[in-house]
Amino acid sequence: MSEVLNQQAAVTDGAHVAHPHEQAHEHHHETFVSKYIFSMDHKTIGKQFLITGIVWAIIGGLFSVLFRLQLGYPEESFPILETFFGEWAKGGQIQPEFYYGLVTIHGTVLVFFVLTAGLSGTFANLLIPLQVGARDMASPFMNMLSYWFFFLAGVVMLSSIFVHTGPASGGWTMYPPLSALRQAGDGQKLGADLWLVSMALFIISSLLGGLNYIATILNMRTKGMSMTRMPLPIWAMFFTAILGVLSFPVLLSGAILLLFDRNLGTSFYLSDIVVNGEILPNEGGSAILYQHLFWFLGHPEVYIILLPAMGMVSEILSVNSRKPIFGYMAMLGSLFAIAILAFLVWAHHMFVTGLNPFLGSVFVLLTLLIAVPSAIKVFNWLTTIWRGNIRFTPATLFAIGFVSLFISGGLTGIFLGNSTIDIHLHDTMFVVAHFHIVMGVASFFGMFAGVYHWFPKMFGRYLNNTMAYMHFWVTMIGSYLIFWPMHYQGLAGVPRRYLDKRGWVSFNDFADLDKMITVVSIVVFAVQLLFVFNFFYSIFKGRKVRTQNPWGANTLEWTTPINPGHGNWEGDIPEVHRWPYDYGKDGREFIPQTEPVSAQESKSH
Amino acid sequence: MSMTNKTEQKRMHPHKFTLWVAIGSLLMMFAGLTSAFIVKSNQVNWKPVTMPVWFTASTILMLISSGTMQLALKSFRERVMRNYRLWMLVTLLLGVAFVASQWIGFQELWSKQVTFQGAGAGQFLYVIFGLHALHVLAGVIVLIIMAIRSFAGAVKNYSPVPVEIAATYWHFVDLLWIYLFVFFLVVGSGQ
Repeated sequence: MSEVLNQQAAVTDGAHVAHPHEQAHEHHHETFVSKYIFSMDHKTIGKQFLITGIVWAIIGGLFSVLFRLQLGYPEESFPILETFFGEWAKGGQIQPEFYYGLVTIHGTVLVFFVLTAGLSGTFANLLIPLQVGARDMASPFMNMLSYWFFFLAGVVMLSSIFVHTGPASGGWTMYPPLSALRQAGDGQKLGADLWLVSMALFIISSLLGGLNYIATILNMRTKGMSMTRMPLPIWAMFFTAILGVLSFPVLLSGAILLLFDRNLGTSFYLSDIVVNGEILPNEGGSAILYQHLFWFLGHPEVYIILLPAMGMVSEILSVNSRKPIFGYMAMLGSLFAIAILAFLVWAHHMFVTGLNPFLGSVFVLLTLLIAVPSAIKVFNWLTTIWRGNIRFTPATLFAIGFVSLFISGGLTGIFLGNSTIDIHLHDTMFVVAHFHIVMGVASFFGMFAGVYHWFPKMFGRYLNNTMAYMHFWVTMIGSYLIFWPMHYQGLAGVPRRYLDKRGWVSFNDFADLDKMITVVSIVVFAVQLLFVFNFFYSIFKGRKVRTQNPWGANTLEWTTPINPGHGNWEGDIPEVHRWPYDYGKDGREFIPQTEPVSAQESKSH
Repeated sequence: MSMTNKTEQKRMHPHKFTLWVAIGSLLMMFAGLTSAFIVKSNQVNWKPVTMPVWFTASTILMLISSGTMQLALKSFRERVMRNYRLWMLVTLLLGVAFVASQWIGFQELWSKQVTFQGAGAGQFLYVIFGLHALHVLAGVIVLIIMAIRSFAGAVKNYSPVPVEIAATYWHFVDLLWIYLFVFFLVVGSGQ
C-alpha cells in the first residue's frame, strides 16, 4: 500500500503532493505567501489567472468604451478625458495616436491576456486535475512559473501605457513596416518594444502552461479514466494546449526578428522605405514574411480562444439539460478536425496581400471546410438540449448564448472565407463584427458560463442569481445590438480602425447607428462591472455551498470536498467506471463516473 | 465509490513527457525561423554566407559532448558516482567551449563584413545560431545545478529521471545544431 502511495507521490512531484493521510491532517504548514501568492496548487493558480484576467478585461473593455466614444461622437468634446489622459485627449478629444494605442491595447489584451490566459489559464488549471482525477499538474512548479511569467508580461504591458510616447499602436497584429520603424510615429517608439517584450514573456507563460496541460492529461489520469471517458472540457483544453505549444513558438520567432529589425538595423521585414524624405538603407526584407509568421500563430490562436469555451459549453449544456451529450465521439472528431484545420488556413488573413490567387483558392477550400466540424458541433449542442429537462441556471443561459453567437458569427465567416468576397469586405467593420461575435463575445460567454458553473467549486459559494440574470440578458441583447449593425456598415464599405469618418459623405448615414452602438457598449460595459462586483462580493458573502454536488453532475470534481485542499481528495483518488454523460439513464437522473456499471444496466455509449 | 492509487497508462514519467512536448515546441520555433530564411532567400539582393571554420569546431565539440553526456548517464545508472561527476563536468565544459567557439565564429564573420546591414543569410545566422546557443547555455546551467547537487547534496537521490531528462535535452540541442549547421551549409551558401 504505502509503496504504491509513494509511487504516486513521486509521480506528482513529491514535495508538494503529500501522502493522502498527511493531507487529511493538514500536515504541511502553509504560509500566506505559499498558499495565495507563490502557490503551486493548480486551483489557486487557476484563480490567479481568472482574477488577473478580470483586471485585464476591465482595462481592455474600458479602452473599447473610450474609442467607441470617439467613433460615436467624433465632434463631441469630453473634458474628463483630458483630466485623465492629458495631451492624449487634448481638448477632451481623443488624439489620433492615442486612438490607435487604445485599439491596439484593447485587441492585444483581450485576445491574449483575457481570452487566452484568463480563459485557458483559469479553466485548464482548475479543471484538468479535478476532472481527470489527479492531485495536481504534472509539474506544479512550472505551473506556478507559467502564472508569474503571465503576471510579468502584464506588468510590462501595463507600464507601456504610462510611457510618455504612448503604448504600442500598430494594431494587435503589429504589422511591419509600420511597427518596425521608430520614425513612423510615437506609438512605434518605446511602446512597441515593450509590447514585443511583453508578448515574449506571455509566450513563455503559455508554453509552460500548455506543456503541463498536455503532460497532465496524457499521464496523470486516474484509474479507469481512459481517453474516451474524459469530459469534453478536458478534450478541448487538450487540443487548445497542442495548438498553443505548436503555434506560439512561431510567433516568438516572428517577434524576435521584429525586435532585431527595430533595434539592430537588420532587414528581415524592411525593404526600400522612405520615411519623411529619408531613404532607409534596409533592403531585401519582406513585410509579408511577418504576416505569414504572425498568422501561423494568429489563426490557431482563434481556436485557442474558442475551443475551451466549446468544451465547457458542451459539459454545461449536458449537465443542465439532464441529458447525455449528443454525439460524444462526433464532438471529439470535430474538435480534432478543427485543431488540424486551424494550422492550414492562416493565409485567409492575407487574401489581399498579393497572395497567389491559386494558392488563395486552396486556402478558401480549407477555410470553408471548417464549417463542417463547426456545424457538427452546433448540431450536437442543439440536439443535446432538445427535449431536455433544462435548468435555466445562469451558466446554462450563457452556454445557450454561446451557441447562438457561434452560429451568427460563424455564418459571416463563410462570407469572409471566400477570397473574392473578401476583396470587398476585408478591413471593413464587417470583419470587426464577424470576429467579435464568433471569437470575442462567444468565448466570453463560454467563460462566463464556466465561471457561473464552477464558481461553487472554486470558492465554496454561489454567485448571486439576480445579478447573474441581469448580466446575461443585458450582455446577450447588448452584444447583438453592438455588433449586428456593424455588418451593414462593413457591407457598405466603412473601414475599420478609422478615427473619424465624417469626411465621407456616404458614411454619414451611419452616424446615428454609431451613436447607438456607443451607448449600448457603455451599458454593456457597466453590466460587466456588475458581474465583477457579483464575483468579488460572492467570494466573501455569497450563499454557501452545502452539498458536495450542487448541480448533480457526474464528473470527478464534484467528488472532492466542498473546499478541497491541495491534493484535491482526502484519502485516495476515486476510480472511474464510466463515461461522464450518463444523465437520465434507466430512470436515474444522473450516475456519477465513480459508480461501477451494474449488470442489469442498459447499454449506452 | 471505489478508490484507487493507480493512474492510467503510466508508461512514461510526466516530466520526461513534458520535455518531449517542449522539444516539439522548440522545433516549431526553429522551423519557423528556417522557413522564414527560405522565404526571404527568394527576395532581391540576397547574399549567401560562408560559415567560418570555427563552426566546424563547434560541431565536433557538440558531438563529443553528447557522447560524454551519455557516459554520465551510464555511470549514474551503474551508481558509479565518481565517474558520473567526472563526465558531467566534461560535458559542462564542452558546452561552455561550444558557446565560446560560436562567439569566436560570430566575431570572425562580423570582421568579414557579414553584419546586420543589407540583406542576406548572415542576419539569419546570428539570430538562429544565437538562439540555439542560448538553449545550449540553458543546458549548461542545468548541468551546473546538477553537478552542484551531486557534490554537495545532502539528500542521496538515486532516481535517474533528472539525469535522463538532462541527457535527452542535451542530445536534442546537439541534433538541432547538426540540423542548423547542415541547413546553413546547404541552403545558406546559396547557388
